[in-house]
This record gives sequence, structure tokens and C-alpha cells, in this order.
Amino acid sequence: MTRAPAGYVIQAEQLSRRFGDTLAVQELDLEVEKGRIYGFLGPNGCGKTTTIRMLTGLLKPSAGRVQVLEFNLPDDAEKLRLHIGYMTQKFSLYDDLTVLENLRFIARIYGLTAKTQKQRIDELLSIYGLQPKAKQLAGSMSGGQRQRLSLAAATLHKPELLFLDEPTSAVDPENRREFWEQLFDLSDQGTSILVSTHYMDEAERCHKLAILENGIKRADGSPDQLMLEMGSKVVEISSADLRQLKQTLIRLPEVISAAQLGARLRVLVKDSVADPIAFLTRQPSVKPDDQLSLVRPSLEDVFVTCTGSGRDAP
Amino acid sequence: MNPLIRVRAIAGKEFLQLKRDRMTFGMIVMIPLIQLLLFGFAINTNVRHLPVGVVDYSNSGLSRVLIQTISATQVVTFTRHFTSMPEAEEAIASAQVRAVLIIPADVSQRLVRSPSVGLGSPSATDAETSRPVAQWLVDGSDTIVAGAIKGLRSMPLVELLDRPSNRTTPTFEVTMLYNPEQRTVVNIVPGLAAIILTMTMIMFTSAAIVRERERGNMEMLITTPVRPIELMIGKIVPYIFIGAIQVVIILGLGHQLFNVPINGNLLQLAGATLLFITASLTLGLIISTIAKSQLQSMQMTIFVLLPSILLSGFMFPYEGMPLAAQYIAEALPATHFMRLIRGVVLKDVDVLNLAADMYWLALFTLGGLAVASIRFKKRLD
Repeated sequence: MTRAPAGYVIQAEQLSRRFGDTLAVQELDLEVEKGRIYGFLGPNGCGKTTTIRMLTGLLKPSAGRVQVLEFNLPDDAEKLRLHIGYMTQKFSLYDDLTVLENLRFIARIYGLTAKTQKQRIDELLSIYGLQPKAKQLAGSMSGGQRQRLSLAAATLHKPELLFLDEPTSAVDPENRREFWEQLFDLSDQGTSILVSTHYMDEAERCHKLAILENGIKRADGSPDQLMLEMGSKVVEISSADLRQLKQTLIRLPEVISAAQLGARLRVLVKDSVADPIAFLTRQPSVKPDDQLSLVRPSLEDVFVTCTGSGRDAP
Repeated sequence: MNPLIRVRAIAGKEFLQLKRDRMTFGMIVMIPLIQLLLFGFAINTNVRHLPVGVVDYSNSGLSRVLIQTISATQVVTFTRHFTSMPEAEEAIASAQVRAVLIIPADVSQRLVRSPSVGLGSPSATDAETSRPVAQWLVDGSDTIVAGAIKGLRSMPLVELLDRPSNRTTPTFEVTMLYNPEQRTVVNIVPGLAAIILTMTMIMFTSAAIVRERERGNMEMLITTPVRPIELMIGKIVPYIFIGAIQVVIILGLGHQLFNVPINGNLLQLAGATLLFITASLTLGLIISTIAKSQLQSMQMTIFVLLPSILLSGFMFPYEGMPLAAQYIAEALPATHFMRLIRGVVLKDVDVLNLAADMYWLALFTLGGLAVASIRFKKRLD
């Protein structure tokens, strides 16, 4: 067994997965550092779940090499299971068992002794605020409660590495913020976390992230680094007729996208244009009294630049 | 130590889920109860009171007495009188009657010469003396009905002539062991235990793995360190108890209500039953690893259930089937258990004399567990 260089919990080289004729994941290179929160950002169907399933040993890669912790996949998948936690995209605990019964079941499956079992479950119930719900059937709980139960179950055996597949997709913003606090707590205690999401604000919280599109990694790095090296500049225009302006600007080859934000139009201009403000002012559709200003890029801008498709791109 | 804990975790979880599923829990008791009552009273191969008709060409006092004598056997009940043959045949075709008795005009002449009245007339060697008294026209499509009417073929008619009966000595003496009164229910009740167990046991586990998949629990389960064989054993353990409850209901009620004797050693009965329950449960597990949905698992359960009912010897004698069908029947656990339970319950046979059947059930269980565990992949692809 080749040991991973200290500091990396996941190393993947040229990882690919094919389903019939479609390539779900294409030649993905990935390095995840120990103790960090690593994000997968991408739209639905971009290969996030497939990649996570390959990294947890649930799917065999069609090509490429993967090493997770010190285990080579897929051969050592069984040994890896004791060291990782996996929170699936869909709630996958038992609806017809209570919170306590679900946690006890998981604890026994992971071979916790009776004493540590009780201690650990009590601890998790209080961390995730599930104490009053302990005797309630999991199927009758709210999305946020079920999500906390899932996280409790996934971390019950104190895994070194935690996989979370779109953990906040069925949760309100309040619960999402709280959930991320809990992830940072876990990270602080030394757990490495890989989380997939399609929310920009969540991706921005990750230490590092990879932007995926159609199974291809378009960019990776820390959010700041990605914004810095984005390859385009962001100009906000305040004008009277934004809808019309957007339609004309979007046709310019130098403009990657234009998205309306309230009374402003956020325009992404390629780096090949030296002075984007001057360039846009020259456009006939921009009126002389329009306000133009260069602003700090957001992760969404990075995402749009990388994937070439905005949320409301035509 | 760890494998045992994991098996217990799975079994405990299955039991909790079963407990919450009121409908299923109710069916565990209701299926054997209702079906035993229904079939115990309903199934009877001793046919009685078949509706039949008569075409009386003689229309004499004698013919009427003949009809009464036949009615007195209770095998048939005369419900219709026809005046012509086509009318009678039509009634058979439309199932209004199962058979028609045709009494010829010369019935009195035929009767006095018939050996069945024993008037000491010359033995029947020529066409004149060997003519039957009357004719039965029978709907022969149902062989049990036909057999019942055939039983009337040589009924003695001495009473017709008010003469003391001249006992005819049968060629063979037949002694009925185990069921001297020839009550169908004695054979049906132990067989029903085998059939109900086949049905419920296979059904419970055939959904076991598929259900986890359909409800989305599988992805979680296969990321845990649980081994396939632990999962399989954990899945069948709770249902062993349920099978045991069902057998107790069937045999206990059969004994109380239908007077079915339980002659054998109860411990041996329990051993044989346990083997059959585990064999049926593993058969269900194999189905569950093949099926992609609960609907498919249900279809496959029926696919196994029908031969278990029809070929196992429950309804028709095993020996009457062609060799190929016997081979198929041998593969089914129900066939072996049918022999075991009827043997032990009715005949007090030592199970060691039926060791081959016990071995097969044990082998089936072990082989089945191995197949199911190998087929179950802890992967999604």
C-alpha cells in the first residue's frame, strides 16, 4: 500500500466514470487537504454525486486512480468504511424508526460498545439539538431536523473524513447557517470534510473548492484565489432600461454574461479588454448619464465565467 | 463479537419496523387463522350431493324406487327431470347438473338379470344378461366428480327387490391407516401449514432488500461496515419467530377445531419446521437480491408459490406426476416439508427416517444464504 503524503486525505488522478454512452465524470484530478472543508460547486447533474460515490467506494471508477485516507479504491473500499462518514443527498435513515433507534442502529453497525454507544448518542443529541425529539419517528420530522439527524448519524463513529452530498438542499436559510457552524466545529476538531452544493454562499465558506460542469472540473482553489484569477472583470451599470441594455451587451463577444440585480446590471467582461469601463462606455447602448463602476467579483461571477452560463443567461 | 452485534442490530431494526407496520403484523396472525378456517371447512375431496338429472324412459314404480335408492347414497341429489336426451345434454353443458341418469324402458328386465341384485341368475356371459341396469352420462371434465359417479357403478341393488342382502366378498381387504374416517381435513391442515409458511416467509424476505433500495436506505447501509452475510442473517432472524407463531396457530387450531391428530414428537416437529422456515426465508432473500422493485419481488414470489401449492403434494399426490415434474417438485422446499410435517404430525415418523428431506432443507438454507450474500454487492454499479 502506498501511503498518501501526509496532509492529503483524498488524491484522485484522471478519475472518470462512464454510464453507458455518457461520461458522468471526466478525467478529474483532485487533492483534498487534511482538516479542511472542500467544496464541490456545480449545477445538478454535473457529476458531484457520482464523484462522491466513487470516493466513498460505492461506484467503481471507469478509469483513473483514487486514494482516500491511506486506502486505494476500489480494492480497499471495505476497510475505508470505518474511517469515513457519508451523508447522502436523500434522507437515508429509517423513516419508521425514532431518532434514538436510528442512532442506536448505526452505533451497533459500527461496533461501538454499549457504554461508548450511550455516551456518544447523548453527546450527539445535545450537539444537534435533537434531545427533545429523541422518541419521535424520523419520518415525521422537518427537513432541518432530519438533516441534523443525518449529520449526527454520519459522524457517530467519529470519522476522519466526512462526505456530505448537497446536505442543505431541503433546509431553510436559518438552518443552513447553523448547519455550517456545526461543520466548522467538526473541521476545527480535525475532521476533513468534502461537501457538494449548488449554493454560491455555501461554496464561499469552503476552504477550497472545485467548480464542476458536465463532469469536468473547470477550476479549483480557495474562493479568494478563484475570484482573483477569474479571467474577467465585473462592471455594474445603473441605467434606466436595463432589460434592453442587457440584450444588446450580451451579444458582444467580449461580454461573458450580464445579469440584472435590482436596479443594476452586473456585466462580466473578459480580461482581454484592458479597460472594461471605457469599453462599455463606448457602446452606443450605454447612455452618457449611466453610472458604471468596477466591483469586486463574487463566487457567482467565477462560476459564470468558468462554466459560461449564468443563472439567467439567455 | 462484532459480526454478532451487527446481526443483532439488523434483526432488532427489522423487528422494530415490523412492529410499527400494523397491517403486516395483523396479517401474520390473520393469514393462518382465516385460511385455516376457510380451507379446513371448504376443501373436501369426498364429494357429496352432486346435482344430477334423470331421463326416465321407463316411468315405472321400479324406476322411481331406483332413483330413491341412488339418492339414499347421498353422493348425488336429483334436481331435474328431463324428457329427452338433447335436453339433458344441454343441462350438463351449461353445468346445471353434473350428470344425468338414463333409465331405459326395459329397466325391469335388465334389473332381474343383473348380478347386482343377486337373484342367482346365470353369470353374465352373453350380451343379453350382461346389460347394465341404467346409464350415467357424466360431465367427465372434473375427474373428482367423475370418480364419485364411477363409485356408483357397482352399487348393490338388492334392496330394490326387498331381499336380504347377499354380501359380496371384496377381492381385497383395505385398511386405512392414520385417517380411517377418510376426512380430507386431516391431510389438509398439516399441508396448509406448509403452504402458508411458504407464502408468508417468502413474501416477507423477498421484499427485504428491495425495500431498503426503494426507500433510499441502501446507500446508507452499504457505506457502513456491515457484511452481506450479516445483513442476510439479520434480515431472516425476526421472521423465524413469526413462522413459528404461524405453525402453532395452524396446528393448534387444526387440532382443536378439526380434530387433526398430532401424533409425532413435538421437538422433532419444531426442528423440521425451523429448517423449512429458514429455507423459505433464504429463498425470499435470493428473490430480493434479483428483484429491482417490490412489485417484481411480488411477481417472483407468486412464481414460486404456485408450484409450491400444486406440485408439492399439497393438492395432488406427488407420485401421480411425471418424472420431470417430480424433479422440479424436489427442488422446492415445500415438497420436502410436506413429507416431513405430514409424516411427523399424522404418522409419528421419526424425522431420522426422513433425513434426506431434512438435509435438503438445511442445504437449501446454507446454499441460499451463500447465493444471496454473493449476489448482494455493496456497490451501486
